[in-house]
Amino acid sequence: MTRSDLIAKLAERYPQLLAKDAELTVKVILDTMAETLARGGRIEIRGFGSFALNYRPPRTGRNPKSGDKVQVPAKYVPHFKAGKELRERVDYPAS
Amino acid sequence: MTLTKAELADLLFEKVGLNKREAKDMVEAFFEEIRTQLELSESVKLSGFGNFQLRDKPQRPGRNPKTGEEIPITARRVVTFHPSQKLKSMVEKNYHGKPHA
Repeated sequence: MTRSDLIAKLAERYPQLLAKDAELTVKVILDTMAETLARGGRIEIRGFGSFALNYRPPRTGRNPKSGDKVQVPAKYVPHFKAGKELRERVDYPAS
Repeated sequence: MTLTKAELADLLFEKVGLNKREAKDMVEAFFEEIRTQLELSESVKLSGFGNFQLRDKPQRPGRNPKTGEEIPITARRVVTFHPSQKLKSMVEKNYHGKPHA
């Protein structure tokens, strides 16, 4: 499912809404989530999961073409942890 | 600062002009559509944000940390998230906080 499929599904689910409102809804949600992480914040969606930043310490890397050593600075990367409901729904059925 | 469904619904009320009830329902529906696709083993690709994919993990040996007893960790299907290049660079450019902040 792509972003435009998601917009279409929301529009289908709520026929009383204008198509552009479904599009704007998806934009507002995703932009807000991205901006929250870019400010160092967390996102907690009950039943879905949480997003937070993980620290990556500085390291010495190599340019794969030239073999030269390069300093890679410390950085933060987004990390997702699935919540209980999502975890249970995607897992194999308990036998 | 933690973003939750309640804040997202407030933003839809302010920025999209949905009423409070619709805003709450849309936030719920947004995450439910993603869960439904993942449950159907379909990956979800949200351009500009990231991709949710499914990964099948085989059974592996585990241990009860309390008793030390060996117990297998059963095979399972899990969700993984891969942030888009755009999201990763937004975070790298804007956030330089202290480790473990």
